[in-house]
Amino acid sequence: MTEATATTAISADPTRRARLAEFWYYFSENRGAVFGLFFFLFLVLLAIFAPLVAPHNPTIQFGDARLVPPVWQEGGRATFLLGTDAVGRDMLSRLIYGTRFSLFIGVIVTVLSLTGGILVGVIAGYFRGWIDTVIMRLMDIILAFPSLLLALVLVAVLGPGLTNAMIAIALVFQPHFVRLTRAAVMTEKTRDYVVAAKVAGAGHARLMFKTILPNCMAPLIVQATLSFSNAILDAAALGFLGMGAQPPTPEWGTMLAEAREFILRAWWVVTLPGLAILVTVLAINLMGDGLRDALDPKLKRS
Amino acid sequence: MFRFFLGRLAVLIPTFIGVSIIAFSFIRLLPGDPVALLSGERVMSPERHAEISRQLGFDRPIVMQYLDYLWGVLQGDFGTSIVTKRPVMDQFLELFPATVELSLCAIIFAVLVGIPAGVVAAVKRGSIFDQIIMGTALVGFSMPIFWWGLLLIMLVSGTLQWTPVSGRISLMFYFPSVTGFMLIDSLLSGQEGAFRSALHHLILPTIVLGTIPLAVIARQTRSAMLEVLSEDYVRTARAKGLSTFRVVGIHALRNAMIPVVTTIGLQIGVMLAGAILTETIFSWPGIGKWLLDSVSRRDYAVIQGGLLIIAAVIMLVNLAVDLLYGLINPRIRH
Repeated sequence: MTEATATTAISADPTRRARLAEFWYYFSENRGAVFGLFFFLFLVLLAIFAPLVAPHNPTIQFGDARLVPPVWQEGGRATFLLGTDAVGRDMLSRLIYGTRFSLFIGVIVTVLSLTGGILVGVIAGYFRGWIDTVIMRLMDIILAFPSLLLALVLVAVLGPGLTNAMIAIALVFQPHFVRLTRAAVMTEKTRDYVVAAKVAGAGHARLMFKTILPNCMAPLIVQATLSFSNAILDAAALGFLGMGAQPPTPEWGTMLAEAREFILRAWWVVTLPGLAILVTVLAINLMGDGLRDALDPKLKRS
Repeated sequence: MFRFFLGRLAVLIPTFIGVSIIAFSFIRLLPGDPVALLSGERVMSPERHAEISRQLGFDRPIVMQYLDYLWGVLQGDFGTSIVTKRPVMDQFLELFPATVELSLCAIIFAVLVGIPAGVVAAVKRGSIFDQIIMGTALVGFSMPIFWWGLLLIMLVSGTLQWTPVSGRISLMFYFPSVTGFMLIDSLLSGQEGAFRSALHHLILPTIVLGTIPLAVIARQTRSAMLEVLSEDYVRTARAKGLSTFRVVGIHALRNAMIPVVTTIGLQIGVMLAGAILTETIFSWPGIGKWLLDSVSRRDYAVIQGGLLIIAAVIMLVNLAVDLLYGLINPRIRH
């Protein structure tokens, strides 16, 4: 009990605020990272307020407005700022709603693979022995397949669709978290503070998740941003291959798949969804680079 | 070195067995009757079902079935396609050179551009070159390559009409496949313009498939170079009055290459995954497109066999990379 109160006391301690300030100091030094962060926040707002921002319903087909070009081009109409697709749906509205899907995919996949990876990784790194060997061999097996191929086959087994695509991608990403967690736990485990906690009578679960884990978070956070952006890319790729979100879902990869045949006739239906994927992933990766610089003491410029 | 090799092999064998178990159970995890799935026959009488079941060995204990499967795999029998009724291995061997040719070109492209770019960025750290190179690398790293391919087709093949849209060579040319590599075969055929055509068909897929490895290699080279450039021996070399070119090119680059070689090796898996997308976009007749087609045709035997073959190839490549790493960096062996 006394230890628990001590921990909460430390969390409320100004040192925590000081650490946050230090983090922000390093993070904000990287202009790209700050830009990425603000762009990401913009996307989050866009996703939340999509129904308010989008000029049209993303699935309504305007029969008299098929493949209308963007407004600045000849034949463009003011009601469809970025033009319409082959069945007359407003591109801008579909792109805005697409933000919802991409961010949702990123969050779900990252949460799934992160929690699963941490749980398994902590167990492997903490207990070692045969359980560690079994876990790491299993992870090696998953890593032996190219991730997109394995995800593709898993989706083929589970059935095409967004939910199954997310599960497949999360499963494929998990080994990276397991490896990172295990490595971090193994180095932390022998530190004095862990021994002290053990002597004080802390049980396995407490040692694993309350004592050791918080000190292993830095590389995991960096990996989490990376898998966030990769999840968006892979889910879009699966959508593009017809295995992810199914039409008429306004998911960017699925939109690209539908747009393929108009590649030489209507540049906007092909260019815009891909551009949306690129800038979203780029913003997250910029943020990830900044996080790595700020959190990884080895790379810190001293 | 030999012990190092044996150690690596000892890890590889259980992994391969695990991979084969996954490939083996794949068909049994699918919803539906595996006998019907494997034979491709939807409606059949109970007698017919029992017959096929016996033929495929499904009436035997599951462990025996697996051992049979493994025994077949070790002899190169990866099953028979449901659609084409041809051995999976034959189809694989037929299509694999196309993927290898494309991947090799892509990795060469990535190395030839990525390493110099990374070196320049490191040497001119903080300069406008560094910022442009690293900015471009981050864009490349974030690129949805299937869209990148479509974009290039739209600009280079569509608007500019510089390159063909799809395939490995113009339909005008026909010659027997000798090596399976179109660039070599077209030269061997002696037909005028064939090599040029093959080369033209390769350009866009190479760029598309090489983009992400290029970005990764450039970033990795830069950070490895930065680390090495601050070492004492580099300062000594500078103090001796060696030219920057010698210091960077010979002293620093050689040591910076150690982590970069591993990175290049790790890109092989990325390549094979990227091949699925690249080959689909450019109708490139390689294993990526073959596997995707098999998924959409529900040719489970091909998916099962292809998955195992590809995993085996990647594991062998990783083993080779590990050995190479051991050769250039003796410390790792111990």
